[in-house]
Amino acid sequence: MRALGSPEVAVGDVLLSAENVSLSFGGVKAVSDVSFDIRKGEIRAIIGPNGAGKTSMLNIINGFYHPQQGRITFKGETRSKMRPHDAAHGGIARTFQNVALFRGMTALDNLMAGRTLKMHKNFFWQLLRFGPAMAEEVEHRHRVEEIIDFLKIQNIRRTPVAQLPYGLQKRLELGRALAMEPDLLLLDEPMAGMNLEEKEDMSRFVLDVNNHFGTTIALIEHDMGVVMDLSNRVVVLDHGIKIADGTPDQVKSNQAVIDAYLGVAH
Amino acid sequence: MAPHAAAQADTFPKVLIRNAHLYGSRPAMRHKDLGVWQTWTWGEVLALVRAYAVGLHRLGLKRGETIAIVGANRPKLYWSVMAAQMLGAVPVPVYADAVAEELSFVLAHAEVRYAAVEDQEQIDKILSVKERLPKLEHMVYDEKRGLRDYDHARLRSMDDVIEDGRKALTDPSVGVWLDAEIAAGKGSDASIILYTSGTTGTSKGVVLTGERSIKAAADTVAFDKLTENDVALAYLPLAWVGDHYLNYAQGLVAGFCMACPESADTAMQDLREIGPSFYFAPPRTLEQLLTRVMIRMEDASFLKRKMFHYFIGVARRYGERILNGQPVPLIGRLLYAIGNILVYGPLKNVLGFSRVRVAYTAGEAIGPDLFAFYRSIGLNLKQLYGQTEAFLYVTAQPDGEIYSDTVGPACPNVDIRIAENGEVLFKSPGMFAGYFKDEAKTAEAMTPDGYVMTGDAGFFDEKTGHLKIIDRAKDVGRLTDGALFPPKYIENKLKFYPNIREVVAYGDKRDFVCVMINIDLTAVGSWAERNNVVYGSYQELAGNPLVYDMIEKHVAEVNRSLAADKVMGGAQIKRFLILHKELDADDGELTRTQKVRRGFIAERYAPLIKALYDGSGEADISTEVTFEDGRKGTISARVKIRDMKIEPTPAAMGRAA
Repeated sequence: MRALGSPEVAVGDVLLSAENVSLSFGGVKAVSDVSFDIRKGEIRAIIGPNGAGKTSMLNIINGFYHPQQGRITFKGETRSKMRPHDAAHGGIARTFQNVALFRGMTALDNLMAGRTLKMHKNFFWQLLRFGPAMAEEVEHRHRVEEIIDFLKIQNIRRTPVAQLPYGLQKRLELGRALAMEPDLLLLDEPMAGMNLEEKEDMSRFVLDVNNHFGTTIALIEHDMGVVMDLSNRVVVLDHGIKIADGTPDQVKSNQAVIDAYLGVAH
Repeated sequence: MAPHAAAQADTFPKVLIRNAHLYGSRPAMRHKDLGVWQTWTWGEVLALVRAYAVGLHRLGLKRGETIAIVGANRPKLYWSVMAAQMLGAVPVPVYADAVAEELSFVLAHAEVRYAAVEDQEQIDKILSVKERLPKLEHMVYDEKRGLRDYDHARLRSMDDVIEDGRKALTDPSVGVWLDAEIAAGKGSDASIILYTSGTTGTSKGVVLTGERSIKAAADTVAFDKLTENDVALAYLPLAWVGDHYLNYAQGLVAGFCMACPESADTAMQDLREIGPSFYFAPPRTLEQLLTRVMIRMEDASFLKRKMFHYFIGVARRYGERILNGQPVPLIGRLLYAIGNILVYGPLKNVLGFSRVRVAYTAGEAIGPDLFAFYRSIGLNLKQLYGQTEAFLYVTAQPDGEIYSDTVGPACPNVDIRIAENGEVLFKSPGMFAGYFKDEAKTAEAMTPDGYVMTGDAGFFDEKTGHLKIIDRAKDVGRLTDGALFPPKYIENKLKFYPNIREVVAYGDKRDFVCVMINIDLTAVGSWAERNNVVYGSYQELAGNPLVYDMIEKHVAEVNRSLAADKVMGGAQIKRFLILHKELDADDGELTRTQKVRRGFIAERYAPLIKALYDGSGEADISTEVTFEDGRKGTISARVKIRDMKIEPTPAAMGRAA
C-alpha cells in the first residue's frame, strides 16, 4: 500500500498541461495566467479558498470553458478550442460538484449511459436489440458489472437514483465516470457534504481507482486532510492566481498558502 | 441409499467424494458474481478442493494445524474449509465483522499459522495486530483489489494456490498421496473449531469432530426430509454454528445446493432470485421483513390495501389450521384459496419464500403474532433450540406440532434432562468434543455422567410435551414462597405487545413480582393521536391514566397466560409502574445490544423499587440523564403504581379442592 501522505511523485509522462491560461467573465478574472501539468498515473489536487477558480480550471480542462489566453495540451495535442464531447472522446471524464445523474433512471441504467461513447452499433441496431447489438450490450453490461462490484453497489442496481442517499449518488457518479474508461478523471469535490465514514470510503475508492485501473485523477477538494492524504501533488489557486505547486508537504509549509487560507491584513 | 452412505463416511472430505459420485453433475454451490449466478457441480467442487488442498499443502499446511477462515459467505472460503479438512487441518472460522481485538484473541488462541481471508479489509485487520500473532505465517486471499502494493512474501491469492495445486496434480503420484491423506482422516479428529460469541465471558473454541457432526446432520436431514433437490441461501455468518450446520454440514450430507449471496446487502434480493427450499432466519430478520411489507402496503393503492388486509384477516382465521392439517370449514378453504392467488402467493414471491418447504427460526423468543403471521400465509416456519456445544440442534418442532411458545421435543437421538435448578441438560449425537485448550472449562460444562449443561433454564410443557426455554439458568430466581421467577420470560411476554418497549422485572428473593415498564413512543403516540389524548412529552404520556389503563390490560393478559402454566403461575405480576423516561444505553441502563441491566436499574431507581414493595400508590424519583451531546441534566417525576389481580393457577385450585 502506498503510505498515505507520502510525498512520492509519480514519474509518468505529462498527460495534460496548462500553459499561461487566463479566463475572465466580463470584468471578473476567474483564472489568470495559470500554468501546471498533470502527469500520467498521479493524483493531482487543485485546492484553494472559495472563488479561487478551481471549478473554472476544471471546466477549462474538459472544454466547457474556452480560455481567452493560453493553451491546453492533452496527450501531446494542443487545442485552443476543445469542446466537451471532444474531451470525452479523448478520454476525459468528470463528476460534478452537485450530483448530475439521471434521477428517474436506475443506478444500472445510469452506468450503462456512461458507456454510450463506447457503443459502436448504431441506434437502429440497438432498438432491435438483437444479434450483434445484443452481443455488444452484453459486453458493456459486463464492464458495468465490474464497476458495480468495484464500488460495492450491488444492492442498488435496480434502485432509481432519486431514492438513493446522497453519499451513494456521489459514488454512483464516480461509477458513471469510470464507465467511460477515462485516461483522465476529473473529480469536482467528490467528498462535499459527506460524513466522516462516507469520506473514508470515498477516499478508499479514489485510491483504488488510481491503483487498480491506473487512472490519472485530478480532484478539487475542500477537506485538507483528504487532499494531503490522497494526492501526489497539489496546485493551490487564490483569486484565480496560482500561488503554490508541489507535494502536499511543500504546499502545507508554504507561507502564501497559509496566508490565503487564514487571511492576512492587506 | 444416500443417508446410509453418509453414515459410512466419517469426515466431510469423504462425504464430498461420495457426493461427487452420487450427484456429480448436480449443483453444489452457486454464487452471484458480476450480476450473474455462477454454478459449480459436486464434481467440479471436488476437483477444485483437491487442487486447493494440494496447493495449501505445498504452502506448508499440515495435519493437525489450524487455519483461520475470515470473511463473508463466499464459495472460496467454504472451499478453504473443505480443503483444510482434506489435509486433516482444522479450520477456525472468525466473524467477518469481528473487530481487530476479538480477531487477534481467536487467532492467537487457536494458534493459527495460516489464514484464508476474503479481502484487503480483513488483511488490514490482521496486519494491525500481527505482533500478537507470532505464529501466523501465510495469508491467502480471495479478492485481490487494493493489495497491489502490499508485501507479498506472506500473501497469496487463492486462485494462485488452486492453480499451483492443479499443476501439481498432473503428476498422478500427487493424487494418490492426496487420496491417502483423505483416507487417513479419522471421524474422531477435530473437524472444525467454532468460537462462541462470548456474550457470557471470553469466547471459547468449541471443537467438533467429523463423525459426530455428520451423524447429527444425517438425523436432521432425515427429520426434515432434505434431499439433493433442496436449495439453501448461505447468508448467515460463516463463523456461526448455524451456518456451519444448516448449510455446510446438512448441505454436504443431503447433497443440496448452497447459494452464496452477491454481498451481505443483497441477501434479500438474492433470496428472491434463488428461491430456497430450506430457510433459516432469526426472529429479528423476520420482524424487519414484516415491517417492510407493512410499510409498503400503507403506500399501496386503496383497493390493494383493502384486499391485503381482508385476506390477511382470512389467513389469520384459517391459515394456520390449514397448514397444521386441522379441520377447516369449506368457506374458509375457499377464501384461503382465493387469498393464496391474490395475496399470499405474490407476497411469498416478493419475500423469496415461494419454494420454502422447511423454515426455522431460533436464537430468541419470537412474538406469537409474528410467528402466526408467517405460518398463516403458508410458510412452514418452525422453532428449534440449540447451541454451539450441541452442534446446533437440541430440540426442533416436527411438522404439524407447532406452537409459538415452545421449541419442540428432543431431536432424534437427543437425550434431554432437566436439572434440579431447572437447567436443561442434554446428550446428543453432535455434541462437542471439548473446548479447545481448556479442559477445565470443558469439565465445568459437563455433568459427571456426560450431559452438557446448556446454562438455560426450561421445562417440558405438559400439554404438548415440548420444551419451553424460559431464561438463562443463572438469572432464574425464586420468590420467598419458593415459586420460580424467570425475569426474561415475563419481560418477553410483555414486550410482545407493540405498546411496550422495555420491561424490567423484579422478584428474586422477594414476596411477589413487580415490573417497571417503558412504553413505545411510536405505538402509544399514534394511539394517543387517534384517541385525542394530548401530551407534551414522553414523561407526560407515560403518566397518563388512560395509558396506564391500556398497559394494565396487557399485564392482566400476561398474568392469565402465566396462570395457565403450573410452573409459572407463582410468578404473576402483582404491581407495575410505567417509567417516566426511556431506558437508554447512554445512561448505562441498557447494554449496547439493548439488553436491560437489571441490577444497575434497581440501584438507580431504588426509590421506585422501594415503593413497589412497600405498598405506596406513588413515588418521587429524580434521575440524572446524559443527552446526546454529552450534557447532563436531571429528570424528576412522581410515578404512579398500580396493583394487579392475581389469577388462580390450576395447581393452586387443585390444592384448594
